[in-house]
This record gives sequence, structure tokens and C-alpha cells, in this order.
Amino acid sequence: MGDFVMPILGADMEAGTLVEWRKQPGDPVQRGEIVAEVETDKGLIEVEIFQTGVLEKIFVHPGEKVPVGTVLASIREEGAAAQPAAAATLVVRPRAALGEAPRSAPAPPPVLPPGRVTPPPPPPGAQGQRLRVSPAARRLATELAIDLTLVRGSGPSGAILREDVDRVAAECSRTVAAAAPPLGAEATWKPIGGEERIERQKRMRQAIGAAMARSKREIPHYYVATTIDMQRAVSWLAEQNLKRPLPDRMLYGIVLIKAVALALRELPELNSVWLEGVALQRPSVNVGVAIALREGGLVAPALHDADRQPIDALWRQFRDLVQRARSGRLRSSELADSTITITSLGERGVELVFPIIYPPQVAIVGFGKLVERPWSVGGAVVSRPLVNATLAADHRVTDGHRGSLFLAAVDRLLQEPERL
Amino acid sequence: MTREEVRQVVLRALRDVAPEVELTGLKPQTRLREELDLDSMDFLNFAIALHEALGIEISETDYPRMATLDGCIDYLATRLRI
Repeated sequence: MGDFVMPILGADMEAGTLVEWRKQPGDPVQRGEIVAEVETDKGLIEVEIFQTGVLEKIFVHPGEKVPVGTVLASIREEGAAAQPAAAATLVVRPRAALGEAPRSAPAPPPVLPPGRVTPPPPPPGAQGQRLRVSPAARRLATELAIDLTLVRGSGPSGAILREDVDRVAAECSRTVAAAAPPLGAEATWKPIGGEERIERQKRMRQAIGAAMARSKREIPHYYVATTIDMQRAVSWLAEQNLKRPLPDRMLYGIVLIKAVALALRELPELNSVWLEGVALQRPSVNVGVAIALREGGLVAPALHDADRQPIDALWRQFRDLVQRARSGRLRSSELADSTITITSLGERGVELVFPIIYPPQVAIVGFGKLVERPWSVGGAVVSRPLVNATLAADHRVTDGHRGSLFLAAVDRLLQEPERL
Repeated sequence: MTREEVRQVVLRALRDVAPEVELTGLKPQTRLREELDLDSMDFLNFAIALHEALGIEISETDYPRMATLDGCIDYLATRLRI
């Protein structure tokens, strides 16, 4: 039996309202599938599931607001026998790393199905009562900030062993990212009017402010920058676009994203998250792209496996992501999975950006606008389209030397755009 | 199709990419990108919306001709032989 719980989509998220079930009891569910929609203080999020099995029982119904960690539904995992309904218990799970009192009105208590018992939520840091966990596993999970409720135990009676925690850590678990504030969880919304919009914008500014203040307080940033000749990339793109129908035409931002993703393979330590004093290198390159929202604020959802996707597929995903970010239809994994962020202030903006790392990430790459400038090639001064690339990185994880090698790799990759 | 109908198509496409902007006061000679704060993705979506509504291909090299509302209408009218 597994539980599908109200996810944490931002350090200051206390509760969420279940808006809609996309699956009904008895429906099969696949890992990664969208199962429900949840309205948080900051927006409507499509919530994915991380187990494969059958949705067995729903405990929370549309319109109900419940604290994060509340079990929304039970999942019968593949191969397991159906549970008698009475055996299920509703457990309110501890929230990881949440010390702050809610800023807004406290969430109402969860509405429970009749006959169920809710134990009081354990204090932060304590574990759910139902879990059987070996002390070594518990210690490791605490160190790595892994939510034990999402680890499947392989020991006797399903007890969680140290190797189970190791496995989850190695899998680049979404759980880890969920323990920290994902960039942009605070920042999506459906178009709404008047006061509610103003209130949301205020909360978004608070959330961005809280994350950035934490970054400035905790992360010793260093900065390196370089100017990149974009002539080849721009010509290649123009050539490609000539052959394409309008909807498939790419913008040059996509070559920057792809080059960053590939350069991270060479400098994988920049593709890490910093948790509880340890940098954890991530096996997948999930590039968060900062997207300005038209009504103010920003969101930085992830392009998953950006290094492995062909540029066409990545472009389609990017367009889709921008559209959904602006219409308030992002998915929970997109808000929790980024392993690095790119910010580009567009063609009408500035030439240089000094970005701030989004915790728990350890690096952020900034691109200024593309400008025609004099450039020396083979002893002659010519006019070239140039872009300034900046890296802000966490000095606890890397040094300027590695950072500069990273930007050099981005530059080199952009000189062979056809290989991206 | 008349010029006025083309104008309505252009305004509808702009409303799609910038739903929160009040378009009634939009001056015909104002640069759209600056006035409506359209980034390159917005402009691409604007071009796609025009392509879908009018069935014409718009080449990237023609984008500069579409910088203003009047520019857009002139360009599209030429392409549609109005």
C-alpha cells in the first residue's frame, strides 16, 4: 500500500485545496501520471504520482483544503492484494524543514471521512508512526533530507534499510527536491481578477523574496562571465528556421539551453543540489528556465533531461512550458525537479545579468541580450552577434576555475550548433 | 477579406498573447513589442496565431515589417492581395 499525499511545493506552503481528481478509485495509475489538481495559495498545480499501481481509495474530496503531507488517496502497488478499506489509516505526515509559522490564516483542519482517526501532526523532524526504519537508514535520510515516507523498504515487514535510502538518493529522487523550495512553486496562477490577483502578486513577491534572501544569506556566490560569439549559432538557427513551418521555428534561447545542458555533463558538480551540508550531484540534467509572467513575478519550471533530448523535442517542450507557465498549468514535478536554472532577459533587456542562485541548486546561468558588436576575428575587426554569459555558483561546491571551464564549454558547444 | 477584418484578426491575435492588456487605445504607429511588452516567444505566438487565422506563411525576415499595428495590417493585406 502506498499513499498519495498533498505535496510541498514551496517552503512556505502550508496547505492546498484539492480541486479535481483526474483518476477515480479502481483506475490504474502510472508513475509520472497526473492524478489530481491542487490549488495552492500561489496557483493551480497538476500533481503527479510517483508510484505505479491502482488508485484504491480517495480520502480527500474536491473543495477540501488540507495541510501538506495529508494522505489524499491510497495506492495499491502493482502485485499487492486489495486491502480491506478498514485497514487504511489516515496519517498526517511531518513536513520536512518547515519551521515558519504560516503567514496567512491557518489552514482549516483536514476534513476526514467518518470513522477515521487523525493523530496530531508530529513535530517537524519526527517520523510518521507507521514507518519501520532502521536507525542507520533514519540517520542517512535525515542527513540527505529524504522524506522516509516515500522510501519503499526492502527489509523484514517492509522496514526501510540504509540501502533503500541510498537507492532513493541515487535515483535523483523528486523527494529530495520537494524538501526544499522549488523555484516557481509560488508563481503560477490562473488569470483572475481584482483583489485576489493583487493578493497573489503580493504573496508571490514574498515567496521570491524569502527564497532570494535565503540564497544571499546562505550561499557564498562567486561569479564568472564571458562573451560568446553567436554568429554560427544564429546562422545555423536561421537556416533551420527557413525550412520549418511557423510553429516549429526555434528561438535562439533553445541553443543556449541545450549548450548549458551539454556543458553540465563535463562539469557535473554544477548540476547538484545542496542539502544539509552536502552537495548531491544529480544524475539527470533538469534545466529550470526562468519565465517572466505577464502580470509580474516569475516562475522557473524544469525542462527534464535537457542534455539527452534532441533539440527539436526540447524546443517543443520549451514552448509548451512557457505557454503553461503563463496560463497557470504547471505540473508538480516541473516545479520540484530543476537541478540548475537559466535566466535570459531577452532581446530587449540588458547585456549582462548577475543572477542569484535558487536554493537548493548550486548554480545559475545568465544570458544577456544578443547584440551586434565589433569583434576581432583573425586579426580583423568585424561585426558579430555577441551574448554575455554569466555563471553564479556556490563556492561550497565549486571554485572559479571549474566555473570558468564550464562557461568555456558552453562557448565551445555554441560554436558547433549543428551538433547540439 | 477587408482591411478592417484583417485588423480584427490582428487584435484578436494580440489579445491571445497579452490577455491583460487593454487594446482599445493602441495607437496604430506604436511599436507593439515595446508597448505590449512582448518577448520573442510572445511575438512567435502572435505570428503563429496570424498564420492559423489567415493561412499564410510569415517568414522571419518579414518580422520587421510587422513592428506596429499599421505595419501588420499593411503587410498582411499585401500578402492577402487586398
